[in-house]
Amino acid sequence: MSQHRIDLTVNGKTRSATVPARLTLVDFLRETLNLTGTHTGCEHGVCGACTVLLDGEPVRSCLLFAVQADGAQIATVEGLAPDTEGLSVLQDSFCELHALQCGFCTSGMLMAAHALLTRDPDPSEEKIREAIGGNLCRCTGYKQIVEAIALAARRLKGANEPAPERGGHGG
Amino acid sequence: MKAVDFDYRRPTSLAETCALLSEGGGDAKIIAGGQTLVPLLAMRLARPTLLIDINRVAELQGVTESGEAVEIRACTRQARALADPMVRAKLPLLAKALSFVGHEQTRNRGTIGGSLANADPAAEIGLAALALDAEMSLCSAKGARSVPVGQFFVSPMETALAPEECLSTVRFPAWRETGRIGTGFQETSIRRSDFALAAAAVHLVLDKSGLCARIAVSLGGAGAKPVRLTAVERALSGGRLDDREITDATALAHDGIEAMSDIHASAAHRRRIAGVLVARAIAEARDQAVAGRI
Repeated sequence: MSQHRIDLTVNGKTRSATVPARLTLVDFLRETLNLTGTHTGCEHGVCGACTVLLDGEPVRSCLLFAVQADGAQIATVEGLAPDTEGLSVLQDSFCELHALQCGFCTSGMLMAAHALLTRDPDPSEEKIREAIGGNLCRCTGYKQIVEAIALAARRLKGANEPAPERGGHGG
Repeated sequence: MKAVDFDYRRPTSLAETCALLSEGGGDAKIIAGGQTLVPLLAMRLARPTLLIDINRVAELQGVTESGEAVEIRACTRQARALADPMVRAKLPLLAKALSFVGHEQTRNRGTIGGSLANADPAAEIGLAALALDAEMSLCSAKGARSVPVGQFFVSPMETALAPEECLSTVRFPAWRETGRIGTGFQETSIRRSDFALAAAAVHLVLDKSGLCARIAVSLGGAGAKPVRLTAVERALSGGRLDDREITDATALAHDGIEAMSDIHASAAHRRRIAGVLVARAIAEARDQAVAGRI
């Protein structure tokens, strides 16, 4: 069936490929570009693991065909950190507050949270919960994720304070 | 789960879209936001041989005022409509309903027309459109026709759209009655933003003396398609809408509510919460009208 030439920008780099019409954006990112940080979960738009930014807005990359992203700007988890060694403030906060266990949902959570903090630098807990409402996590119970996003928001506002003391194990 | 192979075309005009639909016969399918269609493709419940992508058809985008109506083009994103000042000012019920639609990630892609054309019985946009007496413009290579929303929904995932037709515009006529407007939208779902087990939408106008000049009540999620509760509307028209009147009118509708059973809720449970949601939505709209806010 039909093959299509596409040109798009992924994490600032121009990428071109010829793709079959039925190839989803998430499969294109993972299998054609080898950007395996974006995870394939349910493949029908329920779990949010495949969340990427399409022209700056969070979308589910399993519900978009790669051919539809022709000409678009895509941002994935690989583009969050400022360099190849370090982590972004948001990623660092996730590590520090144990906002992940198995890590399967993490890249989608990070992209949803990154989009939130880009448009709202000081979100309420309710806004944070709403922003990740479309992302399923089966390990954390969400609490540490919400805390990590709030911590990242505080740090990004300029107050680079240490994480609050936590009793017992990390959760 | 991957979609079966298909051909893909990306028209840039409505005329081209209609021509492609007509060429494709029943095997062509329009893709807008893809939030309903792509899961169906992935699960192979839909197997079109041609996908017609209308995302770059400029004439299918945007919100405009046309005479005494607001028109929303079918491929307008739900997130855009929700943020649109005209929708907020002139279609407050739709704005309320949109905040219940899916999640941010799905509203950024999902479209107004896509939700209506896929006719999920739990969808909020169709429920609001029904309360607002929307008119649907359907286009094909042979011409255009207008279908009232009340005749648009047929059964789950089935509408009045013929295979060669494209939903182009949804027109929301302004109400002639003047006075204080109130809107109510209430929904119960297992998780926030999940599919509604039942949802109720209410639009009403109170006249100068505080009596109900006009009221529209619609119920969705409970049965095979959204319905208007005309018996409740009749009972409440001209009334003061005090709590007692609302309770009595809602009780009137209870037995007539067609509800379905599935893995999430029994028909009896749906019928029961439907009554509660309808009463709450009417009270919400009344309180808003009394307070004089829109």
